[in-house]
Amino acid sequence: MRGGRRPFFRRHKSCPFSAPGAPKIDYKDVKLLLRFISERGKIVPRRITAVSSKKQRELARAIKRARVLALLPFVVE
Amino acid sequence: MPYYESVFIARPDISATQVEALTETFKSIVGETGGKVTKAEYWGLRNLTYRIKKNRKGHYSLLNLDATPAAVKELERNMGINEDVLRYVTIRVDELEEGPSIMIRSKGQREERGRREDRFGGGDRFGRDRDDRGRRDDREPREPRVPRVEAEGEV
Repeated sequence: MRGGRRPFFRRHKSCPFSAPGAPKIDYKDVKLLLRFISERGKIVPRRITAVSSKKQRELARAIKRARVLALLPFVVE
Repeated sequence: MPYYESVFIARPDISATQVEALTETFKSIVGETGGKVTKAEYWGLRNLTYRIKKNRKGHYSLLNLDATPAAVKELERNMGINEDVLRYVTIRVDELEEGPSIMIRSKGQREERGRREDRFGGGDRFGRDRDDRGRRDDREPREPRVPRVEAEGEV
């Protein structure tokens, strides 16, 4: 909701991994991890994705593991 | 005994049955040195996101292990020697997954990912050669320079 009054107002987002029924972070789940890397293959900062810091660490670890297995790119040229 | 998950990528020019045979030899190595393979999965020939030893594809296999550290060491030593194995990764896990892993479950609906708009940082927000660092939306909004015009509304 972005009213005309407050152009920078953002609704509070909650962590996508902390809610009940949230997906488990797994290095094998490429489809899930793909949502948290940018077009260039970088890990998206949590200020954009609203992931909690604990889950962000877990997520970063999973992404790095997937990269070693060539499931995710290190760089997209 | 601790639990491990071991994934290895085999060369693309060997057949699926040869990969199966490779899995069997690794199973027996673990069996002999103390431990057991609770599950072996074959994920098929997948595209690698970057080239490994000049290969663009590889046969992916997963082994779930309940084994001693010595057995894991011996397994990794053998994977390292084997020329058909492009890469292997063994990770210690707190518990082993029972049924088929996400890779098997998502098969069929995967592929056809490529450029998608629903990704974070997706779309045309960034120019080609620009850095893809996102907007610093956590910053305080700037004071408007111009005197406020009423009802500037949504764009």
